[in-house]
Amino acid sequence: MNILEVKNVNKRFGGLQALGNVNLNVAENTVHAIIGPNGAGKSTLLNCLVGKLIPDTGSVMFDGRSVLGRKPYEINQMGISRVFQTPEIFGDLSVQENMLIPCFAKRDGAFALNGYGSVGSQRDVIDKAEEMLVEMKLADKRHMHAASMSRGDKRRLEIAMCLAQDPRLLLLDEPTAGMARADTNNTIDLLKQIKEERDITIAIIEHDMHVVFSLAERITVLAQGTPLVEDTPDNIKGHPKVREAYLGESQDAA
Amino acid sequence: MLGLNKKDLGVLLLVALLAMAAPILLNPFPADSGMAQFNAGYPDLMQRFVIFGIFAIGYNILFGLTGYLSFGHAAFLGVGSYSAVWMMKLLSMNVIPAILLSVIVAGLFSVVIGYVSLRRSGIYFSILTLAFAQMSFNLAYSVLTPITNGETGLQISLSDPRILDGANAPSYPNLFGAQMNSAATIDVGSWSFTFSVGYYLCALLMLVAFYISIRIFRSPFGLMLRAVKSNQQRMNYTGLNTKPYTLAAFVISGMYAGLAGGLLAAMDPLAGAERMQWTASGEVVLMTILGGAGTLLGPVLGAGFIKYFENIFSKINDNVLHGWFSFMPDGIEDFIITIIHPFVGKGWHLTLGLLFMLVVIFLPGGLVEGGQRIGRLFRRKKADTNTPDGTKTPAE
Repeated sequence: MNILEVKNVNKRFGGLQALGNVNLNVAENTVHAIIGPNGAGKSTLLNCLVGKLIPDTGSVMFDGRSVLGRKPYEINQMGISRVFQTPEIFGDLSVQENMLIPCFAKRDGAFALNGYGSVGSQRDVIDKAEEMLVEMKLADKRHMHAASMSRGDKRRLEIAMCLAQDPRLLLLDEPTAGMARADTNNTIDLLKQIKEERDITIAIIEHDMHVVFSLAERITVLAQGTPLVEDTPDNIKGHPKVREAYLGESQDAA
Repeated sequence: MLGLNKKDLGVLLLVALLAMAAPILLNPFPADSGMAQFNAGYPDLMQRFVIFGIFAIGYNILFGLTGYLSFGHAAFLGVGSYSAVWMMKLLSMNVIPAILLSVIVAGLFSVVIGYVSLRRSGIYFSILTLAFAQMSFNLAYSVLTPITNGETGLQISLSDPRILDGANAPSYPNLFGAQMNSAATIDVGSWSFTFSVGYYLCALLMLVAFYISIRIFRSPFGLMLRAVKSNQQRMNYTGLNTKPYTLAAFVISGMYAGLAGGLLAAMDPLAGAERMQWTASGEVVLMTILGGAGTLLGPVLGAGFIKYFENIFSKINDNVLHGWFSFMPDGIEDFIITIIHPFVGKGWHLTLGLLFMLVVIFLPGGLVEGGQRIGRLFRRKKADTNTPDGTKTPAE
């Protein structure tokens, strides 16, 4: 069954056709990677999924419901969580407080005027946050100022915050961009572990072929705003069209 | 106790103690000594301390927690004052309906202004609030004269209906007969302490306001407001709608401002448009930053500090200076007074401005940070062997 169905999506910025007739189906409980050279429309597509952009035409269905016209927070409450290219966390707050916020969002919804009881008295949320901190190996950093953590830890915290909401679809936007090889491998292991332990669908946009081929079960190749091919990693590797559009260009760029 | 942790309870009790003992603590100098002019323990000034304390505590809920810098909060102060005076004209000289209405009207008013202004953030939000406040000021000053009595200001008069008051009711704001300006003066030796009804009413309300603000700071709601300040993008992508959070903070701070405005009118039953002017809005920003934005105690300290300066420092004129430096030879005395002159009396703003600059540059966390640094210095000296426990306190 497909959890995400993108049909005939078009998006134009002035004279630039960023997305042209994009069709994409992401099956439930798989890891689906979207790759493509710079300017292929990967980020535009992602922004159309989370409500940051609204496509000119076409439909985006998540779990049988349209996400178009909904605000990012509404789409998140439907079960889509997004990890950003540069980790977006609450830098001014402690790691523990960072973890509490998605737990409150999960329990209380988009808005709750919960101004009387103290944070410390909300045992269920505190316990849930603590559980996630332990699971993601951040427990010893719980009192740390989130902004002062290393990039890898920030990424780990951001993923933990997304998982605390028990999303059905996790979107990752170049999760290893700008990371050292060791951090990249850690992130790959983390994502593999998440996939094993949870019923979750992961859609990942990535430049790094090493990451894509170690994680993905299906790969869609995007070039100039249109999907070129969609197949398993093994078939993608040898596909002539992909070599031409993607690998060829990356050699030029290098 | 009271749903607070030990530390917060300590802060609350400290503030309560200081507020209750203020008439004594603020009068450290004998009444007939040369230093008596530095005594701040007279009702009028103490009322200002706590009323502007309330104003700043409320402002801090918006600015300190969410980071939204409003330049229009004096509008709510003014609206509160007008509402309170109208209540005293129409219903009763009892201050309770006056204060209640001032909070409610300021709250409604802030829903409208907040709803529009919060469509933008950053500098655009500040400009919108400033524009609204100036609009309110000008309306009160001219167009709405039938309601606000324009330039003269709204006052009470003997011909007011006051439908709830009997024939013998007091003609001055009162709390069930206890007039706001009634006071008992107790002389101890050459010291003189004044305890007034008005001050203690204001101080009690300030403590309630302070207590509510502690609860908000420590609540999940307060955590969300701090998250708004930190990263709105992440909030939106964590399924949280930031708009109602910011609007709620705006309205709560507007109601605090209304309470302060109502109390100003209850202490002295008149309301003028100048209370809504942008300088008044700027003053509360200064108080909050000077004391320490986002801290519990900061706004109270900042309000006290600025009001003390405004009332005491401005009283130091050349005659006083001559009195102080009369032991020096004439030439030097005149020279020193010429140098000090611009900084005192009417020039107190200059001193305040310099202090403000020093605080912002060297103590970005305000006076509270200064206190914390001093505290840390002492603690380090006392127990060098103690390892820090690593717990972080986001707000003091």
